[in-house]
Amino acid sequence: MTTAIYSAEITPEIVAQHGLKPEEYLRCCTIMGRAPNLTELGVFSVMWSEHCSYKSSKVHLKTLPTTGPKVICGPGENAGVIDIGDGQAAIFKIESHNHPSFIEPYQGAATGVGGILRDVFTMGARPIANLNALRFGSPDHPKTRHLVAGVVAGIGGYGNCVGVPTVGGETNFHPSYNGNILVNAMTVGLADADKIFYSAAAGPGNPVIYVGAKTGRDGIHGATMASAEFDDESEAKRPTVQVGDPFTEKLLIEACLELMAGDSIVAIQDMGAAGLTSSSVEMAGKGGLGLELDLDRVPVRETGMTPYEIMLSESQERMLMILKPGREADAQRIFQKWELDFAVIGRVTETGKLVLKMDGKTVAELPVEPLVSQAPQYQRPWEPTPAQPEITAASVAPPAGLSDALKQLLASPDIASKRWIWEQYDATVMGDTIQRSGGDAALVRVHGTTKGLALVTDCTPRYCFADPVRGGAQAVVETWRNITATGAMPLAITDNMNFGNPERPRIMGQFVGCIQGIREACIALDYPVVSGNVSLYNETNGQGILPTPVIGGVGLIDDVDKAVGIAPKFEGDSLILIGETRGHLGATLYLREISGREDGAPPEIDLAAERRNGDFVRDRILGGAVSACHDLSDGGLLIGIVEMAMAGGIGIAIEALPGEVPVHAAYFGEDQARYLVATNDADALLAAAKAASVPAMRLGRIAGAILTGPGLDAISVMELRRIHTGWLPAYMAAEPA
Amino acid sequence: MKVKVHVTLKPGVLDPQGTAIGHALGSLGFAGASNVRQGKYIELDLAETDPKVARETAKAMCEKLLANTVIENYAIDLA
Amino acid sequence: MKIAVIVFPGSNCDRDMAVAVEAISGHKPIMIWHRETELPKLDLAILPGGFSYGDYLRSGAMAAHSPVMREIKARADQGLPVLGICNGFQILTEAGMLPGVLMRNRGLKFIHRPVTTRVENHQSVFTRGYQAGQVVTIPIAHADGNYFAAADVLDRIEGEGRVAFRYCDDTGAVTDESNPNGSARNIAGILNETKTVLGYMPHPERVIEPLLGGSDGRALFESLIGALS
Repeated sequence: MTTAIYSAEITPEIVAQHGLKPEEYLRCCTIMGRAPNLTELGVFSVMWSEHCSYKSSKVHLKTLPTTGPKVICGPGENAGVIDIGDGQAAIFKIESHNHPSFIEPYQGAATGVGGILRDVFTMGARPIANLNALRFGSPDHPKTRHLVAGVVAGIGGYGNCVGVPTVGGETNFHPSYNGNILVNAMTVGLADADKIFYSAAAGPGNPVIYVGAKTGRDGIHGATMASAEFDDESEAKRPTVQVGDPFTEKLLIEACLELMAGDSIVAIQDMGAAGLTSSSVEMAGKGGLGLELDLDRVPVRETGMTPYEIMLSESQERMLMILKPGREADAQRIFQKWELDFAVIGRVTETGKLVLKMDGKTVAELPVEPLVSQAPQYQRPWEPTPAQPEITAASVAPPAGLSDALKQLLASPDIASKRWIWEQYDATVMGDTIQRSGGDAALVRVHGTTKGLALVTDCTPRYCFADPVRGGAQAVVETWRNITATGAMPLAITDNMNFGNPERPRIMGQFVGCIQGIREACIALDYPVVSGNVSLYNETNGQGILPTPVIGGVGLIDDVDKAVGIAPKFEGDSLILIGETRGHLGATLYLREISGREDGAPPEIDLAAERRNGDFVRDRILGGAVSACHDLSDGGLLIGIVEMAMAGGIGIAIEALPGEVPVHAAYFGEDQARYLVATNDADALLAAAKAASVPAMRLGRIAGAILTGPGLDAISVMELRRIHTGWLPAYMAAEPA
Repeated sequence: MKVKVHVTLKPGVLDPQGTAIGHALGSLGFAGASNVRQGKYIELDLAETDPKVARETAKAMCEKLLANTVIENYAIDLA
Repeated sequence: MKIAVIVFPGSNCDRDMAVAVEAISGHKPIMIWHRETELPKLDLAILPGGFSYGDYLRSGAMAAHSPVMREIKARADQGLPVLGICNGFQILTEAGMLPGVLMRNRGLKFIHRPVTTRVENHQSVFTRGYQAGQVVTIPIAHADGNYFAAADVLDRIEGEGRVAFRYCDDTGAVTDESNPNGSARNIAGILNETKTVLGYMPHPERVIEPLLGGSDGRALFESLIGALS
């Protein structure tokens, strides 16, 4: 077919409203051998959307390392799966819910949590921890306060109700997110390695089952609502915000896990953002088979729903399953016990087609294989990001007073305590949370064992903006360090690539650069990518967000008793700095908050040093030589020291600083590959470091209730805490402008 | 028959949500709004056609479940 | 010893409770689904925390009318000890087994943090493992923990020694700053008339080993097990 076929039903405008380019629509017609009807067009538009097809990003994502001795299942399924020993597996993924959260922060964030939970328990895992990564606009922006309040309440409202602890997260503020906040949610689950459930359909004739909540008109693409097709009752058919029902999700978790304990399930897939369309197409596509669905049997909560609406609805808390023949009654009994809808809505076929029926008529018939394999893929033009100048420490003026600079940084939005946020999350339900990620990684015990999973999310967008390659690598190494600082071995990551409009070469260049950095770091650290999500077009009026490739890292420690936190425990312990300090001030928080500049190249990433220093620190922790450990990142050495003092409620006397750099650069430089450790035997630790060629020096002593250091006025830990915890509650309580 | 139930906090019971709403109204520039109290609205269809019986049934529903009479009052509308 | 943990749709601390009970008593509790109407012989029934029925309508309101609650009420009337934690406390008040009601926190937000509560009555089967006036640190995790009852009801339960725990600061002083949710007279836990039913907002089952942040919750279970064996 060389020209697209349009009709009264399928006009160029309708096609455009479905986000399909004319050439993409032509390809639909070629695949169909005719013009698609509206329902079929809807299916194409969903499957070929950026969200489902990864059309701008796939060629680059393919370059990431996704295999390794611990990887059981990499990207492509609902979530990634890694081996954590003893026949157990950790299943995890991070996913964005950016746009819906901007429109309706409570429900947007809540349904984001619900969606990522389903991705994980769909694979047979009991969710054991949630994390998140949030980016908001400038605190001065009139919408920010409302968005923070709504997003936090939504994450808490959902996670607390389903009873999965929210153990970690990060929150940044920057004007580039004024029109596009980021809400990335991560779930980690636990399963038996030989009981993982996948989504490929199998067994022609097997029943297709719909379970969970009923289908309504939630989230159906607004643009198509204007078409003539929908003139009657158009008011009632307005697209609505997706609303989450965590209570139903909790029941769905329990019902699915109960059914999964048996052997009735052939394949299972959650109905995510793209609803029944993507779940059915993906199941059929992966199995190389067809599905025939009777839409009259889909449980609906509104009357008069069209096939188009049923297929495109984004109603939450729903799953699609294929069962072994004859198991329907057993399965139904379980779902009825949990008071959930259960319906046999179709069967697996050998036709290779997705056939949809309603009122006894075929309302859509699509060949699955080309729908999946011929999805558009673009090698979008991109420009490398121009290198920023390296800023020398000597060229950056010292602050008027070091103590004032410390206080100012401590109360700055990115460093200030996020206690106001995390107190709204239940972090200890399930009874295995050993530490939440207030310091470095969170640590969650593997239920009934001595093992622990170290979990963290991280990204430093200002680095990614200044140098996407370094920034991408830095996001990876920071999660690796956070996990290492607990004593755990980092195993694998999930990535959430949040960027602006990929059709702009500069933005695409940021994406390509970040991927390169992530790839290099993952390879150097044996830290593969097992799942992920891409969110593009985070842009308003041509103003894109800072490139924000959020990394979610997972590590393992065999004996949680050996893990350490950031809080020093013992009076008289020495504080040791591991790693080299060069006083790098480019693209740092100091530069932004104190000097009022956002320029300069970010710190260099030396992957060999990261590995050497990290392996050294982890060995010392596991050997019992270290009683507390903290990695250095935002704000540099002094902020790291203060964070340890505040966590332990104990003073620190800084007696020496790394030489050969100006004091303000030593305190606030953000050189990488560094850790602070507390030990009662400094000489032994320094000797071991020397033997391992790891830079190390004794900084000072842990004692009392006061922080002292060269050039600093003595300040009590209580006062530091007051400054650190004051900003966010005061900001949230203030009147909107 | 349609039953409409309004559940409200009894006078004197502290209503922090109502207070917060009143505060927000004030900061949005709606001067002179005070004593904001929030409540719940519940609507349901009843097969019963006799209004007297329906009202009794609705009353029982309120007493038993829809309202907590320790802190809440209820009002029933039939339509 | 037969201990039952009652599971409602939306309970989510049922497993935690079972783990704590078994760790301390050595007996695996039986898990009872809310639809059960006949119960085996029991020495203790526990209503765990969570969001039964999503906390829709009012926290605990729908669970209070679950089939199993008729039997729990009847057994409690005959002296069966019943412990309700968090959502379990809310269910007990909604079921009329304890006076008062738990309203939305005065700050309107869900709060999760360790809080200190003072042991007011150390002679009940639940609290005899603590000392009078002991300050225990146990986390709360709730949005509706603001205890309310009419003044005469509060006077009566205080007069009858039925306030089991009050929110306090770490020195044991009962202050407004140490009241996390606005509860009347800082009440965190109350007993029924026979002192055999306890509702308590904090989660003792989460602090039974130092690795998880403390072990102040142990004595509550040890009290019960000591009293029952």
